[in-house]
Amino acid sequence: MAPPTASGASRERAAVKGAGEAGGGRPESGTPLLEVRDLVVHHGQLCALDGMSLRVFPGEVYAIIGANGAGKSTLLRTIAGLHSPTAGSVLFDGTDVTGLRPEHRARQGIVMVPEGRRLFESLSVEENLQVGATFAREGPWTIERVYETFGWMRERRNQSAGQLSGGEQQTVAISRALLANPRVLLLDELSLGLAPVVVQRIYGMLPQILAAGLTVLLVEQDVSQALRVASHIHCLLEGRTTLEGTPASVSADQVEAAYFGLAGAAPGSAPEGSEP
Amino acid sequence: MAWVNAIIQGVLVGGLYALFACGLSLMFGVMKVVNLAHGDLAVVAGYVAIGVIAVTHIPVLWSLVIVVPVMAVLGYVLQRTILQGALDRSVLATLMVTFGLSVVIENGLLQFFTANSRGIGTGLALVSGSFSIGSQIQIGYLLVVVFAVAVVVLLGLQYFLSASTYGRLIRAVADDKEAAQLAGADYRHVFGVAAAVAFGTVALGGIAYGMYSQLDPTTGTDTILLFAFAAVVIGGLGSLWGTLLGGVVLGVAQQIGAQISISDETLAGFIVFLAVLVLRPQGLISGGAQS
Repeated sequence: MAPPTASGASRERAAVKGAGEAGGGRPESGTPLLEVRDLVVHHGQLCALDGMSLRVFPGEVYAIIGANGAGKSTLLRTIAGLHSPTAGSVLFDGTDVTGLRPEHRARQGIVMVPEGRRLFESLSVEENLQVGATFAREGPWTIERVYETFGWMRERRNQSAGQLSGGEQQTVAISRALLANPRVLLLDELSLGLAPVVVQRIYGMLPQILAAGLTVLLVEQDVSQALRVASHIHCLLEGRTTLEGTPASVSADQVEAAYFGLAGAAPGSAPEGSEP
Repeated sequence: MAWVNAIIQGVLVGGLYALFACGLSLMFGVMKVVNLAHGDLAVVAGYVAIGVIAVTHIPVLWSLVIVVPVMAVLGYVLQRTILQGALDRSVLATLMVTFGLSVVIENGLLQFFTANSRGIGTGLALVSGSFSIGSQIQIGYLLVVVFAVAVVVLLGLQYFLSASTYGRLIRAVADDKEAAQLAGADYRHVFGVAAAVAFGTVALGGIAYGMYSQLDPTTGTDTILLFAFAAVVIGGLGSLWGTLLGGVVLGVAQQIGAQISISDETLAGFIVFLAVLVLRPQGLISGGAQS
């Protein structure tokens, strides 16, 4: 588990974002692109999410951080439609999509890169991309553009997806999702099972993706990585929100306390209540 | 010469078995449904053809134009309703449901069409005729045509699965249906399409059998289902061309058995089936996914 190194990363982030983005500054005018209200999700008897809420605005890179079992992946899978919530709702562009099947959400623009990549292993690289493009919305991403962005993929397009390395598979999985031309891209634990240098490279691709005006909601155990790329972070602990804010507005101590649920880490600084 | 004849007859009848087997293999490969009603549905297709021919007096081969689409639609509907319902519970439930379907179909046919066996009379010289090679080898045109149809069907299936959008979706869903959903694919619909294709091949198999031999309400489980299973297992699960190889091996074994003693025909086929299960349980061609 990566130790939270918030201070370094947030300073870096603040430098990138510039002065106009002081603590908590979010484009909160207008409707959020994605909103989760009082979501409760159970796996059998176990309560994985216990009444959490979030609002993601267009163009944000919204990172959910938290330890194993905090409910991060459950949150993403529920937004994608793979789990049904016990209570609460998921709104997409102001419309309630809680009852919608995953394939219909994908066609409307909520597209997830699942944990563990989940490529179609008996299909070739190109066929994986073609499946991703089958139900695509209108948008900037085409298979040709993917090949222009990731040159190696064109050369290896006829290879079976199962033969690629982990990092290559993750890149194909992200490309497959991009080809649907999503409005919000859900990234579930991109770093899982990959070497740190590969993780760096994959997160390094994000700016290219965001150039297309994409909103990203990502889940990550690697806190320093999340703080580096995110414009907004949201920490979960046992299915509840413990901290929320911009990377610049939260201190390393706050993140550490919220992540591990240390005593005295009452959500005082940037609690869920501070959301309008 | 008699042995050569047996082998040739066995190879050709293998084409018929491959027609039975490819639909069974496709349904298992994609949906993980072991369709115990597979043979009965082939018999239904044969009876539908007999009915269509009796009512409309169209030539036998033209009845395919009606029966194959009818069976394909039936496949889609059955998959989207009772088979999907069973799949949502468990894979085991699909066994129970298709077994139940088999019993219902068999008894329904007995009730409405009696236990009398019927053939699909072709009246075509091409189908009832034969040609000779030397004095001992006589080859019926029908089996040659059926073998050719089987090869064409397998080529068509392979092309459909590897090159068409729906074929690609079928393979994707067979790999990981949740990931396919995340890409926007409704896997239930894709399953339905796969079932429609499988039932189309079932229709061809049923009609071909009706022309080659006689159909009665129990032919489905007694003969067609068992031979289809044997061909799939011998050839290798999930391999399309394996069904042809399996069918041919089964057919040759039966004909050689019949050459030894006419009562050993079926037994010989199942001895080979058993031998493959013991010595090479993954089948002769071990499976790349559906291709």
